[in-house]
Amino acid sequence: MVEHRPWNDVIAYSILTFGIFIVAFPVYLALVASTHDAATVISGNMPLLPGGHILENYYRAIFVGGSRTSREPVGHLLLNSFISATGIAVGKIFISILSAYAVVYFRFPFRKTAFWIIFVTLMLPVEVRIYPTYKVVSDLHMLDTYAGLILPLIASATGTLLFRQFFMTVPDELLEASRIDGAGPFRFFWDTLLPLSVTTIAALFVIQFIYGWNQYLWPLLITTQDSMQTIVTGIKKMLTTTDELAEWQLAMATAVLAMLPPVAVVVFMQRLFVRGLVETEK
Amino acid sequence: MANVTLRNVRKTYAGGFEAIKGIDFEVGDGQFCVLVGPSGCGKSTLLRMVAGLETISGGEIDIGGRIVNGIEPADRDIAMVFQNYALYPHMSVYNNMAYGLRNRRMPQPEIDTRVQEAARILELGAMLERKPRQLSGGQRQRVAMGRAIVRQPKVFLFDEPLSNLDAKLRIAMRVEIRKLQRRLQTTSIYVTHDQLEAMTLADILVVMNGGRVEQIGNPLEIYQKPMTTFVASFIGAPPMNLMPLHDAGGFQAPGGDGILGIRPEDLLLTSEKPTGGLTLNLTVEAIERVGAETYVYGIRSQERDVPTVSTRPGELAPGEVIVRLPGAVAPSIGERIHAAAPREKLHLFSADGRNRINL
Repeated sequence: MVEHRPWNDVIAYSILTFGIFIVAFPVYLALVASTHDAATVISGNMPLLPGGHILENYYRAIFVGGSRTSREPVGHLLLNSFISATGIAVGKIFISILSAYAVVYFRFPFRKTAFWIIFVTLMLPVEVRIYPTYKVVSDLHMLDTYAGLILPLIASATGTLLFRQFFMTVPDELLEASRIDGAGPFRFFWDTLLPLSVTTIAALFVIQFIYGWNQYLWPLLITTQDSMQTIVTGIKKMLTTTDELAEWQLAMATAVLAMLPPVAVVVFMQRLFVRGLVETEK
Repeated sequence: MANVTLRNVRKTYAGGFEAIKGIDFEVGDGQFCVLVGPSGCGKSTLLRMVAGLETISGGEIDIGGRIVNGIEPADRDIAMVFQNYALYPHMSVYNNMAYGLRNRRMPQPEIDTRVQEAARILELGAMLERKPRQLSGGQRQRVAMGRAIVRQPKVFLFDEPLSNLDAKLRIAMRVEIRKLQRRLQTTSIYVTHDQLEAMTLADILVVMNGGRVEQIGNPLEIYQKPMTTFVASFIGAPPMNLMPLHDAGGFQAPGGDGILGIRPEDLLLTSEKPTGGLTLNLTVEAIERVGAETYVYGIRSQERDVPTVSTRPGELAPGEVIVRLPGAVAPSIGERIHAAAPREKLHLFSADGRNRINL
């Protein structure tokens, strides 16, 4: 029984509004800071309303770069981030869907062992194995390359687990029907399993794209040239100054730009993404 | 068109469990064979072995004169209808039916002809572009049938295809399947646990229990002459009344002790004792009226204190007897009645229930 009392609504809405305010205010502040000139931002009295330097700031951030610190325009950094995040997401999906297919549908010696080895890597994120990973990448001459940015972050158990759980909900009869219909392992994967996995793939893509986009430590370690930096490391470099004032208005513009692609990915794939995570009916 | 022959077929699982313990039978060309038995009797396993979805541990399966033991399901020239239909959820009805043909590299015009023909037979014409989830249970069932038909296989295999449907639809589809099979004249093997489906569909009925065949034959013949007490109580609803010979109301029969069986419809409410027949004194315990007929549950007077619940589902409690009366007229509860049956309607089995003794 839901009773309708106006006060309940007022209280509920105020709590929710307060929550939104807490989450949104820093973002708003970044947006506002990116529209003022350097002097206003640095003065310590941060205005709460947008200023008039929006075009100038964003133009400089995207095409010119910071005047003294980070010498790379953000446009290029965005491209680097986009390539590595997409590479990580696509690579992870590719590796995990194949490994999950092997683990779920094929009987081979040490199948369980293989699965558990994959599972154990959940406990070994990049941060833990950073030295050996760096050594391997360096020995393979992949420092300052996209491959170096992407490959070490591809191997992970999360995707394999997600696909494994999904494959196990696919009824066995579907495989049997395919076998009777003359579809071999490859055809079954391509014609049946892959189309059914679309929502799971979308969910994984969103998660992994954001994961790849937000990488900080790894790109910081293996990129030495400014041209190979990602945007997340780029923002940080903009603020590390020795005897200069940090160009906060440019850093904020860059931060706002850095937020856009992940937001776009979530917005465009949200419908599929949610279905992929909650879908039960097959 | 093909015969299906099973010769001493066995299935032992890796754990050592013997699911199929040596089965022989033959299904003639164009015949409809029904495998029936309680759950866990191995009937589905046997069907899946014919399909090639389970390996064969021993013996031979022969489809149309070719031993198929080592042959892939796709190359056995069979088509299977699954209990949950196993339609490809992301494909349209048309593609569900065409998929197997495309994998065989059949030319597109021929695929189209076959699918359209199947859709016409099954009245699916208006639904060819829909996805399975937009269809009702009965329509999905028909698509699954269509997928089997378009292949024009030597053998149709049905694995409890009607058990996901509601009671009315099940009866309708049962008739449809039979008509379709008569029309196509394709050898068929059909698995079910429903004895009514088994009786109505089968040319040959194979009653299975515990990985073995209990009896093979024409359904009516099995109904009229069950060879074991298992078949006697499994085939027929309500089940046959079975009682130890020594307390069957003083009935005399050749050979020592045994089990006496009598079908509920063969018992008549009369006080006259038929010569050489059987008379039971019963106290009415419960009455079920289903409209066209009435089931009277009576307990034999000489066994007042026995439990009234059976330990095995589907069988009668000890001392309980069902009488099936036409119409809705029945004695009242608590009334004492006499039920009698002529000698030719009685079934006699050996004491272990494994053999039938002719009276």
